[in-house]
Amino acid sequence: MYVAVKGGEKAIDAAHAWLAEERRGPEDVAELSVDQIKGQLKLAVNRVMAEGSLYDPDLAALAIKQARGDLIEAIFLIRAYRTTLPRFGGSTPVDTETMACDRRVSATFKDAPGGQVLGPTFDYTHRLLDFKLAADGEAPSAPERAEMPETKPHIMSFLDREDLIQPEPEGPETPPDLTREPLELPANRPLRLQSLTRGDEGFILGMAYSTQRGYARNHAFVAELRIGTCAVEMDIPELGFAIEVGEVELTECETVNQFQGSKTEPPQFTRGYGLVFGMCERKAISMALVDRALRWKELGEDNVGAPAQDEEFVLYHADNIQATGFLEHIKLPHYVDFQSELELIRKLRREAIGNVRQEAAE
Amino acid sequence: MDGSGDPNAARKAWLSVLAKAQAADVAALWVEAGYAPDHEVLRAPEIGAVMVRGRAGAVGAPFNLGEMTVTRCSVRLASGEVGHGYVQGRGKDHAVQAALTDALMQTADAPAVEAAIVAPLRDAAGAKRATRAAKAAATKVNFFTMVRGED
Repeated sequence: MYVAVKGGEKAIDAAHAWLAEERRGPEDVAELSVDQIKGQLKLAVNRVMAEGSLYDPDLAALAIKQARGDLIEAIFLIRAYRTTLPRFGGSTPVDTETMACDRRVSATFKDAPGGQVLGPTFDYTHRLLDFKLAADGEAPSAPERAEMPETKPHIMSFLDREDLIQPEPEGPETPPDLTREPLELPANRPLRLQSLTRGDEGFILGMAYSTQRGYARNHAFVAELRIGTCAVEMDIPELGFAIEVGEVELTECETVNQFQGSKTEPPQFTRGYGLVFGMCERKAISMALVDRALRWKELGEDNVGAPAQDEEFVLYHADNIQATGFLEHIKLPHYVDFQSELELIRKLRREAIGNVRQEAAE
Repeated sequence: MDGSGDPNAARKAWLSVLAKAQAADVAALWVEAGYAPDHEVLRAPEIGAVMVRGRAGAVGAPFNLGEMTVTRCSVRLASGEVGHGYVQGRGKDHAVQAALTDALMQTADAPAVEAAIVAPLRDAAGAKRATRAAKAAATKVNFFTMVRGED
C-alpha cells in the first residue's frame, strides 16, 4: 500500500528544475519546436494520438517535447488533458470507403479496383542508415502523377458479394464507451475494438505475433490496408442536421482468415478489423489479428487456451497508462508497508534460528 | 450545391470548409476582408471533444475510436442571422470567425463573403488534396505474379 509522506519539497523542486534543464539539453544546440516535432516526427505524434485517444497533432507534439521523447509519458499527458474536455457528442461512424488514400494495398488481390498505392512507406527500403540525413541532406521532392480520381471500394465487398465472407452484424448506434463506464467482461466487439485501438502498440503487436506463431491458429491475410484522411461528421442539435467538424488521418486494416465452419456457421472467410488514428500501420494490422483471435466465441470456434483468445488477459493488460501507473507506483514510498514486512521477516527468522538451535542442542 | 436536393447542402458545404481549414488561414482571410459585423455572442467559444466512431469491419457495429478536439461558438448578427462555428482543434478565434462567416453567409452579403473567405479556403484545401492524390498516384504499382517453379 502506498502511504502519503511529508517532506522533500525542496528536493522535489530541485528535481523538477533539473528535469526542465535536461529536457532542454545543451544550450548550444537549437531548441526543438512543437511544429518541428509535428512535421518531422509525425509517426511518434500519431502513436501518441492513437494511444492517448485524442486526435490533436499540436497537443501530441507538445506532449512529446514535454516528455523528452518518452512516448508513454506523452500519452499519459494527453490522457490527463483529455479528461478536462467537455464532450460535445459522438460522430457518425467515419466512412472509410471514401477515404482520401495516401496508401492502399491488398495482399490478396493484385488487381484491386482503384489500384495498389504504396504511399510514403518504409517497405522496400533497405533499412540502411542514411548518413546524408546527419549532414543536412536535402529531401528530394516527391514525383506527382495527374490522374482522374478513382473510387477505391473495400476489397472485402467483393468477397461479400459472393457470400464468401462472414457478414458484419449491425450494432447499437451508441456503442459502449470504456472512458465512461469501467470495462466489464464479457466485452462485446465494439468495446474490444475501442480497447485495442487505444492499447499499447508493443503489447498488441506481441499478442498478434503470438497468433501467427500458432497460439490461436489464425492464419491471416491482409485483404486491405489503407491510410488516408476521412471527414468526421456529427449531428449538431442547434442546426438540426449533421456537418463535418474536421478530418482525421486513419489507418485501416481488414484481414481475412480461413474458417472451416462450425456447428452454426458454414465454411467461409472471417474478418479481423483494425482502425487506428494516424499512420500506424503496424498497430492496425496487429489490432486486426487480435480482434480476430478474440472472436472465437461468436464464431463458434474452440478456445484452444491461447493468450490472445483470453479477453480478460488481453483487454486488462493492453492499456499502457494503467499498466505503467500500477507498475511505477511501487517505486513510491512504501515505508510503512515495508516496515511491517521487515518486522515480520525478523520475527520469522528469530523463530527459525531459535528452532535450529534447539534442534542442535537436542 | 451537390444536386442531392438537400436544402442544407450549401450551408453544410461552407461549414465543412470552415471546420477543416487551418486556423491561421481563416484568421489571415478574415483580417484581409476586414469584416467587423455587429453581433452578440450566444455561446462563447468553448473547447471540447467529439468522440470519433468507426464501424467493426468498416460496415458493421459502431465503436468508439477516440476523441478529437473541437471548438465551437455561436453568434447572432444585429440583423438577426444566427451563425454556428464548429471547428477542428483548439482555436477560439477560429471558431468565432467561422460562426461569424456562417452568419454572414446567410445575409445578402453572401456572394462577397463566399469570394473573400470560403472560396479561398476551399481552393486551398482542394489544392492540398490534389497534390497528395497526385503523389499517391505516382506510387501506384502493378504487381505481377511470377510463375512458380513447375511441379
